[in-house]
Amino acid sequence: MAATTTLEEPTRRDFLYIATAAVGIVGAGAAVWPLISQMSPDASTLAAGSVEVDISGIAVGQILTVKWRGKPIFVSHRTPEEIAAVRAVPMNELKDPATDQSRVEKPEWLVVIGICTHLGCVPLGNEGPYHGFFCPCHGSVYDPSGRIRQGPAPANLVVPPYKFVSDAKISIG
Amino acid sequence: MSGESTYVPKNAVAKWFESRLPVLGLAHSSFVVFPNPRNLNYWWTFGGILAFLLVSQIITGVVLAMHYTPESTLAFDSVERIMRDVNFGWLMRYWHANGASMFFIGLYVHILRGMYYGSYKAPREVLWLLGFIIYLLSMATAFMGYVLPWGQMSFWGATVITSLFSAIPVVGDAITTWLWGGYSVDNATLNRFFALHYLLPFMIVGVVGLHIWALHVPGSNNPIGIEPKSAKDTLPFHPYFTVKDGFALTLFLIFYAWFVFYIPNYLGHADNYIEANPLVTPPHIVPEWYYLPFYAILRSVPSKLGGFLAMFGAVLIVAVLPWLDSSKVKSAVYRPLFRIFFWIFVVDAVLLGYIGSQPPEGGAVIAGRLLTAYYFIHFLVILPLLSRFEPTRPLPASISDAVLGDSAKAEPALASH
Ligand code: HEM
Ligand code: FES
Repeated sequence: MAATTTLEEPTRRDFLYIATAAVGIVGAGAAVWPLISQMSPDASTLAAGSVEVDISGIAVGQILTVKWRGKPIFVSHRTPEEIAAVRAVPMNELKDPATDQSRVEKPEWLVVIGICTHLGCVPLGNEGPYHGFFCPCHGSVYDPSGRIRQGPAPANLVVPPYKFVSDAKISIG
Repeated sequence: MSGESTYVPKNAVAKWFESRLPVLGLAHSSFVVFPNPRNLNYWWTFGGILAFLLVSQIITGVVLAMHYTPESTLAFDSVERIMRDVNFGWLMRYWHANGASMFFIGLYVHILRGMYYGSYKAPREVLWLLGFIIYLLSMATAFMGYVLPWGQMSFWGATVITSLFSAIPVVGDAITTWLWGGYSVDNATLNRFFALHYLLPFMIVGVVGLHIWALHVPGSNNPIGIEPKSAKDTLPFHPYFTVKDGFALTLFLIFYAWFVFYIPNYLGHADNYIEANPLVTPPHIVPEWYYLPFYAILRSVPSKLGGFLAMFGAVLIVAVLPWLDSSKVKSAVYRPLFRIFFWIFVVDAVLLGYIGSQPPEGGAVIAGRLLTAYYFIHFLVILPLLSRFEPTRPLPASISDAVLGDSAKAEPALASH
């Protein structure tokens, strides 16, 4: 029994022990990362790029809903009164301060992702005290600039990347 | 307290087998001769009922999976096909869908039984924690199961609940996208939920095994909350408790069958018979009844992150009960104040459930906030104070003293129980 305690043997075993542990940890990491990463959006989802929308048919005061990346996008043709009203709001009245100018390309067109920034329901257009958007799920109220004004949502409706291809067409994404 | 293995194999085959894998002896000592306190009441039959329901969910679930298609354009139709075309498909689906509700009725009774009789206290803390893990896994399983029929409630319930994670600062949105496997709840989400809905019940089975193991170390608690002291205090599992559990199970199954055959959609939502539409949210979305108290707590806090923390906190606080209530007396029978506060807590939780089912407007919001505050006060203030200052009633000398009445020391008040 006592004869097994020599210096050389433990050194050799120590080496194997540390080498095994090191390779094991690297191997486990290399296996875990793909296992986690596979759950992220796949290549075809990422590639589901842009949509073009013809906006010539949207009358003043009307909101069109289109689908982009599985989400509803609101394209709102705002009235002059709405534009004037949202531009007159002082910044200190806003929970998530942003000027209307910073949220639109052209004053009469508001383009936002139609997903409530609270827990993801689709708000109703031309509804609520500001005649902007109202979310029926937990009562968040947005103005015609898509800015959060009341209720539990923490942030303004998100503006997706888009550009005007022509006066009658926008490209989202 | 574990039963001594008195098992003697009766025939040559059993003997041959037993000497190679002593599983018959294990079953014998765990479910035949295992000594249970002789005074267990019907609230103790829900463990067996839950075990039965778990097996029943797995059997009906595997059958449904043989006919179900986890693909977002086909899922809804495949469930309708199960309802209309598959032989007895309607029965399998109603059995499974209502089985989930029955499972939660069983869980809530079982958990409240533990709270009333102090079953979470030493030496049963690990048993309590394992039960809590079963509860968490069951909530996750039922949540993902409810997404599978891909109706409007499936879709929007999944959206709202997974969006909760976006409340986490900095990484929230990345986590939500990762959970979805896309930019919204979609086919990738449905697919993974199906895989996990299939997997988790088997993990529950594993934890139930540990739960029973942890139970059989100290043995069952009982209505008077003092541990058995002699053989006179206990009775063997079979036939005394097999018949009691079997009788209660049969009554429970009649209740269950009444739902399945007469009011199969009573606990469901009509909106879930409309196929999922990512562009239109139903005007009033509510989760399944068993999540309603927590949903009410979520909505009562007027901040996204705050609501998230309060909701998960309300669930998790149940786990640390053994350390919030340090009273040495287990059973509420001998704790006059605890008993009153227990029932106030039950009423609070039920009212929270009602508030969770109502639109968040006017009085409902204020009531929700008060009830939410009380929920936490019960755990964080009342229980710690009670366990320090409550005058408890004298405990009987033993279980047999208390229930057989063969001693002058028998506890008279017990007659009312
Ligand atoms: C603790 C155990 C389980 C619970 C609590 C549970 C719960 C649920 C719930 C609430 C639903 C939605 C029912 C509806 O409204 O239609 C569901 C559906 C489903 N479950 Fe489970 N389940 C369990 C175990 C299983 C297992 C083991 C499988 C095996 C594959 C399974 C397969 C399915 C399938 C295929 C559906 C979709 C068909 C349908 O919606 O009826 N379940 N489950
Ligand atoms: S999801 Fe819109 S208010 Fe909660």
